Amino acid sequence: MIIGEQKPLEDIISMVESEGGGRVLVVGCRSCVAVCLAGGEEEVAELSDSLEQHSDSKDLGWGVSKVTLQRQCEKDFDRSIADLVEQSDVIVSLGCGVGAQVMSEVYPERVVIPAIDTSAMGSPEGKGRWKERCSGCGDCTVHLSGGICPVARCSKMLQNGPCGGSQGGKCEVSPDRDCAWQLIYDQMRRKGRLDLLEVVLGPKDWSKARDGGTRIVVKDRRRK
Amino acid sequence: MSLSGGNLERLLEAGEFVVTSEIGPPKSADGSAVREKARMLKGYADAFNVTDNQTAIVRMSSLAASLFCMQEGVEPIMQMTCRDRNRLAMQSEILGAAALGVKNLLCITGDHQKFGNQPESRNVFDLDSTQQLMVFRRMRDEGEMWCGDRIKAPPAVFLGAAANPFADPLEMGVIRLDKKVSAGADFIQTQAIFDMDRFHDWFDAVRDRGIHNRVRILAGILPLRSAKAARFMAERVPGMSVPDEILRRMEGASDEKAEGMRICLEAIDEIRGMEGIAGIHLMPVNWESAVPEIVERAGLLPRPQALR
Ligand code: SF4
Ligand code: SF4
Repeated sequence: MIIGEQKPLEDIISMVESEGGGRVLVVGCRSCVAVCLAGGEEEVAELSDSLEQHSDSKDLGWGVSKVTLQRQCEKDFDRSIADLVEQSDVIVSLGCGVGAQVMSEVYPERVVIPAIDTSAMGSPEGKGRWKERCSGCGDCTVHLSGGICPVARCSKMLQNGPCGGSQGGKCEVSPDRDCAWQLIYDQMRRKGRLDLLEVVLGPKDWSKARDGGTRIVVKDRRRK
Repeated sequence: MSLSGGNLERLLEAGEFVVTSEIGPPKSADGSAVREKARMLKGYADAFNVTDNQTAIVRMSSLAASLFCMQEGVEPIMQMTCRDRNRLAMQSEILGAAALGVKNLLCITGDHQKFGNQPESRNVFDLDSTQQLMVFRRMRDEGEMWCGDRIKAPPAVFLGAAANPFADPLEMGVIRLDKKVSAGADFIQTQAIFDMDRFHDWFDAVRDRGIHNRVRILAGILPLRSAKAARFMAERVPGMSVPDEILRRMEGASDEKAEGMRICLEAIDEIRGMEGIAGIHLMPVNWESAVPEIVERAGLLPRPQALR
């Protein structure tokens, strides 16, 4: 899933203010950002209330309406709210960065304010905690490292083993982050596959990652 | 046949117990700071690491500072981190360095930028240090860029790498060291050693694999200048291990510098007796003036002249 978190309310308010306020439409998404409790139906309701209260307290006269889409990253879902958009001046997107972009594309005459900071692809890790697991390098090799990705989970993307800063299972960057290479080592040891970690991995082909330009995927193109 | 024609390589080939040390470039465009350090330390070590934005703090480039060292007749070991350069920059930099006369290059990962003065920067890590060694060895030995393009005048450079005996997991660190040697490391410098028990454990694992027969290993030695510095190393520097015993000695000493010197000389003494250690690497963090005394009192003077 895609992980994101809501921007601070003051920031969202000041972005709406700088766009002139008026009729504000808050658009959420029931997919990833709902799972990470940032932009689902509940958060849409909360943010709408907060914007309304702010408008009332400052006598700004904003009219706030709200809607939550199945997937904000798909144009068809975005098009389905054309009537609501018609009656709004400013859209506040509580979708991820992808959702905010697709909304902007479907409604080019509207300003779409991104109210979510999108950070990573990852997984829920217990209550109120999410963790990055993949950075979309376009060339997955996690079977060689115990199912733990060193590109996304090692702070230095190291391919051949831990840096000198790994101690006590933690990454040098912060004691609240596990060292990916400690996890990889433990896992491979359990599996009896340390032999795989002995292989010298040559320079990675980053052309399949973002470095090669925006990725466009066409179904079945590879298999043919 | 010599790979680089450098002093460090020749002395290691001749079986001398070598001494390397460090010259940190200044946070300025003034080359005289490097020249002064080089003049002060000349003759007290066989080659000097010139650090590359160490701890992610911006300083004069390692290449420029290496050049100042050479102008003072001191052989540099130019450091190059994977943090700050992609493979294009790395390959062009080794060509430039070799053309200017740099004979030794140390391939290192680099501390995370979070520790330095540009924490908002991006890091590169296009290559890791093992891959950096692979690329440089191909350039030097096969006369080819990584992509296969021919190099008319390949860079004749002796290649080094770092190892940290105190990083976890120990076994994985040794596997990684083995890979660095397979990838092209000619010599290794270790992290500063205070925790002798752990160092012995690590070195046993290194010897079990016969790594010490395939690469020259220089043991890292850091003279402690004060109890405060010792505490800082113990608590704040990633990848360091400073046992309580050392902290107690430093904190209980009436003359902290003298105690730091004693600890340092004891470590050198112990390490010199270990089979498979080819020399020491002195890291006098903010205490360069200690180097001549250490080398002299350790009985490592005069430094041998390389045979030509
Ligand atoms: S190897 Fe690449 S694709 Fe696979 S998890 Fe890591 S970043 Fe994602
Ligand atoms: S401590 Fe571990 S996770 Fe952190 S940068 Fe080093 S190897 Fe990667």
